[in-house]
Amino acid sequence: MALRLILTRHTQGVIRRLPHVDRVGIEERAALLGKRSIKTTAKQQGIRLAVSMVDLTTLEGADTAGKVRHLCAKAVCPAPTMPEIPSCAAVCVYPSLIGVVREALEGTGVKAASVATAFPSGQASLEVKLRDTEEAVAAGAEEIDMVISREAFLSGDDTRVMEEIVRVKEACGDAHLKVIIETAELGSYDHVRHASMLSMEAGADFVKTSTGKASSGATPGVTLVMLEAVRDYMERTGRPVGMKAAGGVSNSKAALHRLVLVKETLGDEWLTPDRFRIGASSLLNDLLMQYQKTQTGRYARPEDFSKE
Amino acid sequence: MTDTRTRIVWDYAPAPESPDHVRLRDSYGLFVGGEFRDPVDGTRVPTINPATEEVVAEIAFAGPQDVRGAVEAARAAQPGWAALTGLERGKYLFRIARLIQERARELAVVESMDGGKPVRESRDVDVPLAAAHFFHYAGWADKLSYGVGGREVAPLGVAAQIVPWNFPLLMAAWKLAPALACGNTSVLKPAETTPLTALLLAEICQEAELPEGVVSIIPGDGSAGAALVREPDIDKVAFTGSTSVGKNIQAALAGRGVSLTLELGGKSANVVFEDAALDQAVEGIVNGIFFNQGHVCCAGSRLMIQESVADVVVGKLWERMGRLRVGDPLDKNTDVGAINSREQLERITELVDAGEGEGAQRRTVACELPSRGFWYAPTIFTEVAPAHRIAVEEIFGPVVSVLTFRTQAEAIEKANNSAYGLAAGIWTDKGAKAFEVASALQAGVVWQNTYNHFDPTAAFGGYKESGFGREGGPAGLRPYLRVS
Repeated sequence: MALRLILTRHTQGVIRRLPHVDRVGIEERAALLGKRSIKTTAKQQGIRLAVSMVDLTTLEGADTAGKVRHLCAKAVCPAPTMPEIPSCAAVCVYPSLIGVVREALEGTGVKAASVATAFPSGQASLEVKLRDTEEAVAAGAEEIDMVISREAFLSGDDTRVMEEIVRVKEACGDAHLKVIIETAELGSYDHVRHASMLSMEAGADFVKTSTGKASSGATPGVTLVMLEAVRDYMERTGRPVGMKAAGGVSNSKAALHRLVLVKETLGDEWLTPDRFRIGASSLLNDLLMQYQKTQTGRYARPEDFSKE
Repeated sequence: MTDTRTRIVWDYAPAPESPDHVRLRDSYGLFVGGEFRDPVDGTRVPTINPATEEVVAEIAFAGPQDVRGAVEAARAAQPGWAALTGLERGKYLFRIARLIQERARELAVVESMDGGKPVRESRDVDVPLAAAHFFHYAGWADKLSYGVGGREVAPLGVAAQIVPWNFPLLMAAWKLAPALACGNTSVLKPAETTPLTALLLAEICQEAELPEGVVSIIPGDGSAGAALVREPDIDKVAFTGSTSVGKNIQAALAGRGVSLTLELGGKSANVVFEDAALDQAVEGIVNGIFFNQGHVCCAGSRLMIQESVADVVVGKLWERMGRLRVGDPLDKNTDVGAINSREQLERITELVDAGEGEGAQRRTVACELPSRGFWYAPTIFTEVAPAHRIAVEEIFGPVVSVLTFRTQAEAIEKANNSAYGLAAGIWTDKGAKAFEVASALQAGVVWQNTYNHFDPTAAFGGYKESGFGREGGPAGLRPYLRVS
């Protein structure tokens, strides 16, 4: 890794630029895939798949152990009356609550995930970020959602962006590392693609769109750009990297649209929670409501689904 | 708790657009003088669904006397139509446009049943664009002289219009809308294999209460078209189709003082430079050649890639081609439908065989094709030399030939090295290069960082053996006007 970083630093000025992304073209393609007709059994299976990929998330200042335990119960068994609905992939919280999550999820297969590295802005020293990560892992986090330094990225210091990821990855130990590039703050699809590539080069297990705290999240265009970056990285290195769409995926239609993007860009091998996740809070109940509608033919009331 | 964490397999379920709402008659007559008539000396021919080879309806084909009758009806109606104010003619065109929108779903389904194109395309491209053309020219009807620089205008008279089978309804709209807006009357001959949506358009003309004889629609084979252009009492011929037929028509009209517009074949170059956004270029290549099974006169069938990125682009393209969904045109998730006719399938097969025979490398996507109907799986040829037939002749199918180039100058030279000059695509991130190359290309349409996009405001037409005259926008008025 060190060797690769040195190479990057010395060759940055002379190597060809990454291929760019045409905004009109990528959005057209993403919108076209939003027109796939997902009905009947495809809708049911798609919704079940989406549920299994949800990182059920709460990242509020008002989060408490009580609220987080409720969320964990929901993630383990989203719909007690519909046993065919699988568990969610993970529960994602701030580091201070990760111990509660780990305890509540013990033995369920649902992963305990923590944000770290001075989430969401990342405006802290590397030492603070590493400490943040280490504490989360020590408290039981199996997955770490870190943020890249947008300050470094936007000022052109790709090397520092990568170095931070490398160091956080070391601090993670066995925990899986998801790298949030916060697409809304990057300003262009070229940057989204470039930041994704830097993250994967530096060892990310997942690349993730957003913190959920910025003005936009996993739009279809952004999601498609990152999936294409994952595909090209896989093609070049043979290492599969996962992708997490977070922010703005708040209903079933949006979730199924993201799954279509995955299916037609990376293929069925990526249609598993090991390779694709959806970070969300309000999405899950809409998935359950739409699933139930495919069975009963009518929509249930909002109050028929538990609110955590 | 049961283990629900096993791998969930996800495939799209079949999503067929139901044809139940379509009210097709068993048999259609010729639409002449505002009504459907039995042919006088014509025949009745079944039209089939190319995806199933099942008969969709029986169609009256016009004989020579029927052609004469349609021209007479158009001649009789023309003075009255031209005497209406532009505003009044515009009202009729607006009405037709709205009726197309109202019957959009039906038209889309019928277009796919009769022609084999995916319903996603007929629904999202053909039908909305057909309505848009009528809307556009409805707006021009009372502003004609503004479209030709403020000069005096008069209609030509009776227009004979012959349209192809690849975009049956859309091409009918391209022809009829400007002709009618300018005060001409029309005799339209739809293609032999795809007459149905034109006949539905005839019903729409009735519903819009268009004056009798302003539009006549007479299905028929090549002989009806030949008879139509040889009718003495026509003032205008507008033809979209093959270059060989176009040449025959031009010969038949020589010295007769009949105005002519030809929109013919193409072997359009789609030029990808190394600085292009490659993933989007691949999408554009796919849209350029697999849109409508490649049955597109401006299809980007000569793919020219800069050598430095040729392997990458071909690799990405091949991977993308494997994800195309080939099959039932009425399934809303189908990307590539059926080949329009057995005859066209044979033509594609012959040219592909020739390509292999000449030593180009062929790869065809391994996809399951239905056992009945006419199908051709998406195909790519690499190691194509400029002299190969597949680099020169129009295949008109889902087959792309890849050539490479080293420099911008070579790209321009090779792109222009064709008898045709209909369209071209340029893929680059550099604005200056795009303009430089675009102005050097001999093509009527040049798309930059996109392909096969159509709009009623944009002029469309060819150079060289791709024809002359423009359709669309204000430029599309002139071929239907006498300007003084």
